[in-house]
Amino acid sequence: MLVLGVTLVIFLVVAGLLLYALIRYRNRPEDSDREPAQIYGSNQIELSWTVIPILIVVMLFLSTTRVILGTQAIPKPDSAMNVTVIGHQFWWEYRYPQLGVVTANELHIPVSDPAHPTPTYLTMSSADVSHSFWVPRLAGKTDVIPNKINTMWIDPQQSGLYLGQCAQYCGTQHAKMLLRVYAQTPADFAAWVNQQRHPAVQDFSGNPIAAEGQMVFLHNACINCHTVAGTTATGIFGPDLTHLASRDTIASGAIQNTPENLKQWIDDPNSMKPGSLMPAMHLNQRDLNAITAYLSQLR
Amino acid sequence: MSTTHVVDGIDETLTPQQSRPPLSVVYEWLTTVDHKKIGLMYIGLALIFLVVGGVEAVLMRIQLAIPNNHFVSPQAFNQLFTMHGTTMIFFVAMPVLFGWGNYLVPLMIGARDMAFPRLNAFSFWVSAFAGVLLYFSYVGASGLYAAGSAPDVGWFAYAPLTAKVFSPGHSTDYWTLAVFLSGIGSIGTALNIVTTIICMRCKGMKMSRMPLLVWLYLVMSGLVFVTISPLTAAQIMLTMDRYLGAHFFDTQAGGSAVLWMHFFWIFGHPEVYVLILPSFAFINEIVPVFSRKAIFGYPAMVAASVGIGFISLSVWAHHMFTVGMGAAANTFFVFATMVISVPTGIKIFNWLATIWGGKVIFATPMLFCIGFLFQFLIAGLTGIMLGSAPFDWQLGNSYFVVAHFHYVIVGGILFALFAAFYYWYPKVTGRMMSETLGKWHFWLFVIGFHLTFDFMHIPGLLGMPRRIYTYEAGRGWEGWNMIVGIGTIFQTAGLLCFVFNLVWSYFKGKEAGHDPWDAWTLEWSTTSPPPDYNFASLPAVNSRRPLWDLKHPEDPDSDYE
Repeated sequence: MLVLGVTLVIFLVVAGLLLYALIRYRNRPEDSDREPAQIYGSNQIELSWTVIPILIVVMLFLSTTRVILGTQAIPKPDSAMNVTVIGHQFWWEYRYPQLGVVTANELHIPVSDPAHPTPTYLTMSSADVSHSFWVPRLAGKTDVIPNKINTMWIDPQQSGLYLGQCAQYCGTQHAKMLLRVYAQTPADFAAWVNQQRHPAVQDFSGNPIAAEGQMVFLHNACINCHTVAGTTATGIFGPDLTHLASRDTIASGAIQNTPENLKQWIDDPNSMKPGSLMPAMHLNQRDLNAITAYLSQLR
Repeated sequence: MSTTHVVDGIDETLTPQQSRPPLSVVYEWLTTVDHKKIGLMYIGLALIFLVVGGVEAVLMRIQLAIPNNHFVSPQAFNQLFTMHGTTMIFFVAMPVLFGWGNYLVPLMIGARDMAFPRLNAFSFWVSAFAGVLLYFSYVGASGLYAAGSAPDVGWFAYAPLTAKVFSPGHSTDYWTLAVFLSGIGSIGTALNIVTTIICMRCKGMKMSRMPLLVWLYLVMSGLVFVTISPLTAAQIMLTMDRYLGAHFFDTQAGGSAVLWMHFFWIFGHPEVYVLILPSFAFINEIVPVFSRKAIFGYPAMVAASVGIGFISLSVWAHHMFTVGMGAAANTFFVFATMVISVPTGIKIFNWLATIWGGKVIFATPMLFCIGFLFQFLIAGLTGIMLGSAPFDWQLGNSYFVVAHFHYVIVGGILFALFAAFYYWYPKVTGRMMSETLGKWHFWLFVIGFHLTFDFMHIPGLLGMPRRIYTYEAGRGWEGWNMIVGIGTIFQTAGLLCFVFNLVWSYFKGKEAGHDPWDAWTLEWSTTSPPPDYNFASLPAVNSRRPLWDLKHPEDPDSDYE
């Protein structure tokens, strides 16, 4: 804010002087043909408009430095929660090493109480190209760079959904690599963690179509890229689907998670998000319906 | 204005005007080594690419005007912003500034040509070839496996998106080769300008008497050596990565993505000054003439220019505040970035002081200079904001940044260039440009510029990142993007006035004479257009404003220097 204020004042003063000079010293028809007095310079005046800006710059620099040190050089509290963030073309992978939870695209974190702060520390890297993690209302952005580990922290004081998106051009679908951060009350967050820790129920004896979908899923190439905990699907190239049905969106926040959307997505991802790296599986209608039913049960 | 004309003894019979067969004219231009013809070809090349890059910009603004638009495909959009950025920097801004430098520097220092006329022609043709090569990618780059054709990696082409695995086919190779070749051309011309300025000045033209334009081109050309070289080297390294199994930027094999960023921005930020210094140069020549006063504080202006040249080499990593450099590095680059505002401020204050107490004539060149002064002031101040690292963590890579650097490049550099066109067109063609059309151009362009780039700051503040081909409704971005799009209509209309004015005035413009603006530097002492040899007899000067001395023998500048 200080920077904003100072630059605004500078603008008003300099632009005002410029405007005044242009009007006051315009060429008037009644003026004589004589050239105006030629002035070649003035050391005193020029010294003043060198020294004053230097003082302003030093002031702005010191106030900026205080913020940088306050953000980047403060110790991490013991109560902090760790999350590993991995950027992929074009989705986000989240791992909670202390809690044993793995999820994708929708980051859940506890709100922080000033009395008992529980900030979330993000350790970030990329599986392919450079991305950038930016949720404007939570913090500034930090780049997510392959072969480099970056860290940042967020500390929301209010529960709610915070939106953001990838802020470093990363390929065709950079525009739809969205970020959703759910800041939850400690009780809600604990409940979410408890649910995510355990594999979704895989017994579909009362639901034949989902049971069929499970077989289709496990016997197709789906398992090369996706994990569903508790099954033989252990691929890590695409998002973890263990609790897919508990998410509000699919395709990294780009599409609402409804059975119709899910079915269209499985049928042909490129029709919804052109450039997505998930291939169309060319399944028949029966298999499509079955897989959709199965995935919709993974709560 | 004073009616005194100071004309060097040009023998008009030496410049035959009879018509020649068209093929002979073409041959003459293709094989010329004359600095004026090469300069004009540079400018013509830039104008063609300005239209191409402008069309790309308009297509992007149509796509973004409303949310969820399907005007172009995602891949086509990514190609558009890559080509727009690459074209505007390497094939519009650089050639047009080198073009004016080529044309003006020898005339202003009283020389007959550049130091190396054939190197000059080589540099131009290499740059022109590079531009054609870049666009040939639309036809030739699909390769065996690629889906797209034109480059789609962004104009700063961050590794490892450019690696073979993420960018198959040859589109990235076309980009790399085009940037590489344009770099060779730029270094050649910069070398030529530096040598010309040091070795070819006329009698009495000490360094301390050179017009400020010449000083600024000297600093700019020096910067080109230091900044284009790492960029050119990086292109070779990237090609080695892609074809020879090197791993400079190949993160899958232990290479570094951050290394490419350093290579690119050690070029990329000083490049901004490579472009803005010649713009300062135009302002330095035009503002005094239309204020009827000598430039205020010549020595300080020279010192500030050289100072900007040096400081600009130590600010590049302010493009990298978000890559995790650590607090110490961030603090250093914040400081360097803020310090550069001091010499820049000196320049603005000195222009203000030049206007102060003068008699301001609001001809079209001066109008564009005034636009420059206000807009560059704003651009500089948003630059200070972004130079403050915490501010940049939020707004880096957002539309706020896009608005900021277009404020510099369009509001600053392009406005200064328009001023230069209106000011020196009479010297180049012998005819004045139409003032009426010029004012239409100015006002349409000012309105369009402010509609587009003032309002572009706002979606950035609301969290809209750059380089996205579409966005959902409901983030508060849609109305602003519509206004931004409407601005491009006015800018296009203004640009049409300008192009029409260039053509119309060539045939129908008022005869200009040698010195239509009653100016003071040497180029106005010869005919318009100047003959091939520039000056019948080489001039000799006693001060910074030789023509002032001739017009005011009772009160020459040489008494005050």
